[in-house]
Amino acid sequence: MDNLGRSNEAWLLQLSGSGSVQQTAVSDLRAALLRGLRKALSAWAVADNTFLEDAAQESLLRILNRLQQFEGRSQFLTWATSIAISVAMSELRRRRWKDVSLDEVLAVSDSRVEGAIDEDAGPDVKWERQAILDRMHALIQSDLTEKQRAVLLAELRGMPQDEIARQLGSNRNAVYKLTHDARKRLKRGLEAAGYESADVQAAFAG
Amino acid sequence: MPLSKKEIEELIRIVGLTKDDEINCDQCLSFVAEFAEHKLAGKSVPEGLKAVEQHLSICVECRDEYEALEKALREITS
Repeated sequence: MDNLGRSNEAWLLQLSGSGSVQQTAVSDLRAALLRGLRKALSAWAVADNTFLEDAAQESLLRILNRLQQFEGRSQFLTWATSIAISVAMSELRRRRWKDVSLDEVLAVSDSRVEGAIDEDAGPDVKWERQAILDRMHALIQSDLTEKQRAVLLAELRGMPQDEIARQLGSNRNAVYKLTHDARKRLKRGLEAAGYESADVQAAFAG
Repeated sequence: MPLSKKEIEELIRIVGLTKDDEINCDQCLSFVAEFAEHKLAGKSVPEGLKAVEQHLSICVECRDEYEALEKALREITS
């Protein structure tokens, strides 16, 4: 992976330095981030020049504040770009979902598990799929808390974790843990009923 | 209104991929640069980065960010 002609050590030294050496490094990094963001977000209509410039600048500030956290496990530029992508896409998600409430997203659901039985499937396959879906439905109701059901369903409907977290007064990692616990419960419930993961995946394959 | 077919299929998929120990989104971000370099170099994912691969298979947002990261890195290094 290219590092724009600098070693990791040179990036760190120059970015944390002063004067024209620092200015050149900052300018080079900003240009690289902007170029990467422009390409990566080209499918997003809202990611116009102003958005990209702001995202590159915000990313640059965050990277400069985190230089001590860079552990050298990758090229510096790869690490910096991963932060820039995260900053930019978090903002895109926030803009897309900021006016959508969690209640609104959940209003279209009663968490019933239906609709996944392909009418073209053979009778044995249909019976097995229906049995798994019935069990999944029962587990959702019996083994998940109301909060787990809500968050899991919101995620299935595409609501970003950071937006769910914001509306719940929580954070993204806590939301991830909540749904992770929910998935583990569902998985154990299916296994207890005799449905191992591979069997379930196979039943719904194709 | 019942869950759609797409939602049910996704639920079944992610439940099937669930592990007892998973990394969260912040942990994924801290390892994703190293992971991306292995993938873009066509190398197999080392054991220490398998958790990133598993997280990306579950978390839509981190997966979207990873796909964008690959595009950005290809552009920057082209």
